[in-house]
Formats: sequence, structure tokens, C-alpha cells
Amino acid sequence: MEKYKKYINLVYLVIFVGMVVIAYTTSKYRPESVTMLFTDLSWLGDWPKWLDFPLMPFLNKWFDILIVKYGIMFEGINFFLLGLYGKMKNFLVGLPWPLLMISVILLAYFASGRQTGTTIMVAFCVFFLGFLSPRYWDKCIMTTTIVVIGMLLCLVIGIPIGIMMARNKKVRNALLPVLDLMQTIPSFCYLIPGILLFGLGAVPAIFAIFVYAVPPLIRLTDLGIRLVDKEVIEAAEAFGANKKQKLLGVQLPLALPNIMQGINQCTMMALAMVVIASMIGTRGIGDEVLLGLQQLNVGMATEAGIAIVLLAIIFDRITQSYGERMQERVHHTKKEKK
Amino acid sequence: MSKIEIKNVYKIFGDTPSKILPMVQEGATKEEVLEKTGHTVGLDNVSISVEEGETFVCMGLSGSGKSTLIRHINRLIDPTSGEVSVEGTNVMELDQKNLIEFRRHKMSMVFQRFGLFPHKTVFQNVGYGLEVQGKDKNEIEKVAMEKIESVGLNGFEYMYPNQLSGGMQQRVGLARALATNTDIMLMDEAFSALDPLIRSDMQKQLIDLQAQLKKTIVFITHDLDESLRLGDHIGILNGGRLVQVGTPIDIIMKPADDYVAAFVKDVNRAKVIKAKIIMISPQQFKGSKNSNTIKVNEDSFLDEFLPKVCLTPATVEVVDKSGNVKGYITDKELSVALTKTHSNGVAKSKK
Repeated sequence: MEKYKKYINLVYLVIFVGMVVIAYTTSKYRPESVTMLFTDLSWLGDWPKWLDFPLMPFLNKWFDILIVKYGIMFEGINFFLLGLYGKMKNFLVGLPWPLLMISVILLAYFASGRQTGTTIMVAFCVFFLGFLSPRYWDKCIMTTTIVVIGMLLCLVIGIPIGIMMARNKKVRNALLPVLDLMQTIPSFCYLIPGILLFGLGAVPAIFAIFVYAVPPLIRLTDLGIRLVDKEVIEAAEAFGANKKQKLLGVQLPLALPNIMQGINQCTMMALAMVVIASMIGTRGIGDEVLLGLQQLNVGMATEAGIAIVLLAIIFDRITQSYGERMQERVHHTKKEKK
Repeated sequence: MSKIEIKNVYKIFGDTPSKILPMVQEGATKEEVLEKTGHTVGLDNVSISVEEGETFVCMGLSGSGKSTLIRHINRLIDPTSGEVSVEGTNVMELDQKNLIEFRRHKMSMVFQRFGLFPHKTVFQNVGYGLEVQGKDKNEIEKVAMEKIESVGLNGFEYMYPNQLSGGMQQRVGLARALATNTDIMLMDEAFSALDPLIRSDMQKQLIDLQAQLKKTIVFITHDLDESLRLGDHIGILNGGRLVQVGTPIDIIMKPADDYVAAFVKDVNRAKVIKAKIIMISPQQFKGSKNSNTIKVNEDSFLDEFLPKVCLTPATVEVVDKSGNVKGYITDKELSVALTKTHSNGVAKSKK
């Protein structure tokens, strides 16, 4: 490998020239012969029409092939996620609202380590969801279900990828640009293929949540594992821990505060995405905002906006306070001094 | 056969260490290599052998490669070239599985910043070595409790490391290393992060433990007093090269070069040199016996009887435990022992 490193710039040059040649030969607008480029210099004025790399037709073709060949697979994923979503939603909607409210409050109470402040705050937020408008209750349940399923997907796929990245430098170098791409590419760009692959509704929203929210989780898992004190890892190795013992016994527990932070980030981004996803027909609290926008009904949009904020606070408080407790357990800040 | 043998070990840090190796083998210094190639020489042709039951202290300033050296023994670091063998097994030839077995059963390690697991209690930390070996809970509990007691941490079993002071944390580290009951203990600047009083306390504890357990200890330090106190043999590293290996007395009395001489310059010799080292045999003793004789044990340090000699002119008679006269010390021996020796290098340059 070392030997070929000096040719790398040459390789880039060849690729670039190749791309220009492809653009030239495939363009409808190209001049009749190459010699004309030298006689008629007008193409130096405006950007010439023939200097256009045919990425769009290529991607469309590729996407068509993807749908035709692997359509069954996407159908399967769609079926599974939709089934999961439907069951969970119907169950939660079917519950009497006071029961659901109490369960959320209890969840907050135990996750925060029995802190009354956090619990009261969450209780207040939960109550206000329905209090703002009775319609919101069921819609918030739909949104929550989508966020929870999207998050579970992120956890199941994101954490192992994060671990792999922390262990192997090559994997990390290969994945980092992909993560950058996932985070910076505008969300509408993958909402459209989402619709084509999974149809309208909840599943493309889950897909979009995954693409948008999994990068911070992967990054923080990777970072958390790499930040574990080197001497502690050496100690584990020196006592003969094998890879599995090292990972499960030392690295993951010590990376947990960072991973919890990642989960928290993941939840917040998921919630942001699910609102945008209402534009592709995902039912939930987001479509109230959309409706308000379409009818120029400021009150309606604001009311729904507040509901989303409350929902975000509930999610944030529960995951955050759980993460803080993890951090305490790992670092044991001397609490008894109080 | 020595317990631990390190033969001609080179370690070069950088992108292509094997390419730089010939240059280092031809005698390029650390600075030259760094300047020309950007590679750092960690160890440069280091060979040591450690006998069973002894404490070998490896001393040097930071950056001299001492921590790198100790990590070669349990292969936390692989050498660029050279051989490491422990009890006759070539450590370099072990595959992953055997290496793990080797680390579990042959040696344990104590770290400078303790390397304790912050999410585990003292008890779990001490039992870690046994836990990874897959021992059953009762056995772990029995051994861990015993070791916690032996380092004097009873009552702290269920506290977490950062609820303890530095000295206590390092005792946990020591107990953890003792728990696996390995023959060899590697101690990487184990006491350097502790304050002087606690350090001296821990040194004493280690000496006492060692008197009972007779382990083979490789101890890394940058503190000369510590190395003189603990070491049966001392190896001094400078810039990745082993400059001198010898007993504490060798190091003090016959420093091999300026570097070692500078190191031992400020040592309180009276505290390190034992009576039996400088005494002359009864046959050699020619001077008339002073009516006033002081009897000293052969293993006592000079500073234990020096004040008495200063007060009244007396002949020092060195005796062994049962009182037999082994030799004598006169003012001449005392003055030679206590005068700062210059290394050969310095003496030559002055001429």
C-alpha cells in the first residue's frame, strides 16, 4: 500500500478527467466536434451546458434498480415496522388517558432516581398535552410511538456500529464521512426516497428518523469508548481480560454516560424529524402545525408548537436524568458530603 | 535460568519502525533518529535478566523508556525487535489465547495512576483478576477479602475508588495485583503519584509483603531513594539505553557515566550504605584498637552509628547476628564511603 501512496494525486486527476469526459460525451448540448472548443471560445463566458455531470439520471436509474430488485426486502421492513407501530399505537390509544399519564409520571419518577422536581415538571407537561387541545392526546401518542420505534432502531444499529468504530481505526475513517453526509444532507432529500421505498405514513418517518438521528449516537458511543482512561484499559488487559470481558466489563460501563448523552441527542433529533415528516403524510402532532400553516391559523400552529415543546421536555427530562444517574454511578461524585 | 529475560530489545515508535531499526542498531542516538525520520526510539538494545525472588528496579527520568520496558514483559507493547522470555517461555511466540492465559496466571501489574475501575467497588476491583479467570464467587470473595485485609483496607470493601485517598487507592491496586497470586509483579511507578509520607509508608508495606511472599518484582521509578530502598538490582535507563545495571552500592560507589553520577550526586550515602559493604576484614585491620569500641550489626546503615563515632573516637567493630566479629571500620573507610565519587568520565575530562 505504502508504495502506491505517491500516485494517489494522479489517480484523483484521472478520475476527474474521466468525469469531465463522461459529462462531455453524454451531453446533448455538446459542440459537433472537439476542435470547435478551440475555435469558438464563447463557452468560456457562461458555464457551458455540456459541462454537466449526469448524476441525476444515474441516481434515478440506480434507484429504479434498487426498487425492482430489493423491493421485497423493503416491503418486509415496511410490513414489520408498520405492524409494530400499529400495535403499539393502538395499545397506547386504547389505554384510558389517566392510566397512561400516571405510567409516564411513574417512569419519570424512577428514571430520575425519585427526584420530585423532575417528576412534577414531567407531570405538568403530560397534563398540558391534552389540556391544550383534547385532539392532541392521541396525536402525541402517535408521534411518541414513531419516535420510540425510531430510537430503538437507532440503538440496535447505532451502538454496535459505534463500538466497531472505536475498536477499528479503518472502520472509523470509512464511516465518519458517511455520518457527516447523513447529518448535513437536507432531510427532504431522504424523505422522498423514503416515500418511494416505504410508501406514505409512519414508516418513511421512522426511516428518516434513523438517518437523521443515528449519527450523534454512533459518534458519542465511539467517543465514549475511546475516552475511557487508557490505564484502566491497560489494567484490564494486564489481568488477562479477553476482548469480550474488556468491552462488557470495562469499556461499555465507563462509556455509558456518553452513550446516554447520545441517546438523549438521538431522541431530540427524532422528535424534530417527526414534525418535518408530517409533510409526507405522517400522522401525529406535526400535522397540526402543518394544518395551521396551510390555513394561516397562527393560534393553531403556535398551540401545536407548544405541544411539541412539551413533548420534547418530557423526552429530554426522562432520558437526561437517567443519563445523569448513570454518570453518578460511574464516577461516584461524593454525594454523602451534602 | 533467570525468571525474566529481556534480550536486545528495540522499540521504535512511528509509522515504519522496521525501516528505522538498522539505523538505530548502527548506533544513531534518539535525537538523531527523531530529527531525521520523525520516529521516537523507545528502547535501544536493552537486555536485562531478573532472578527469581528479587526486586529489580528500573530507573530513569521521564521519557527514558522505563514504562515502555515494563510493558514488554507482559506484552502490552510488542517490541520492534528482540526477545522477551518469562520462565523460559518466549512471550513473543504466544498467540492471542495463550497470551491471555499467560497474563492471567503469570504476572500482575500495578499502575502509576492506579488503573482502578471507577465503576467497581474496592472488593470488585481486587477480585477482578480472579473474575476474568472465571473463578467461582466464593473463592473470589475469600481471596479478595484476605488481600484487602493484608493491605489494611478492612471496612472499605464496598466503597468506590474515588471515595478513597490516593494512598488507599494504590493499596487497592496492590491488593488487586496480589489477589491473582502470580509469581511476578510489575509495578509501573506504583508510588510516584503519592505524597512523600504515604510513599514511604507504601514502600515499607511492600518490603514487608515481599519478605513474606518472595515474589519477583520489576519496579519502575524515577526516584533514586526509592530504587535504593527497594531494589536488589537497579538498572538505569537513559534515552532508551540501559546505562548501568548493578546493586544499589555499585550504582552509588561506581557510577558508570556522568548521567548516573549526576543521579547519585545528592544521595544521602549514610542512609544507603551498610556496614558490611565498607568494612575491612580483621586481617586487614592493622591500627591499634581504641579502648573505646562500638559494636554494630553488619546490616546496619552508616547513619545508625555515625553520630556515635563522631562523638567519641572509637573503633567500629562489625558483628553478625550471633556476635562474631566480621570486620572493622576505621575513619578512613568512613571518609571514603561518604565522599562523593566522581565518575571516570568526569575524572578524565578534568585531566
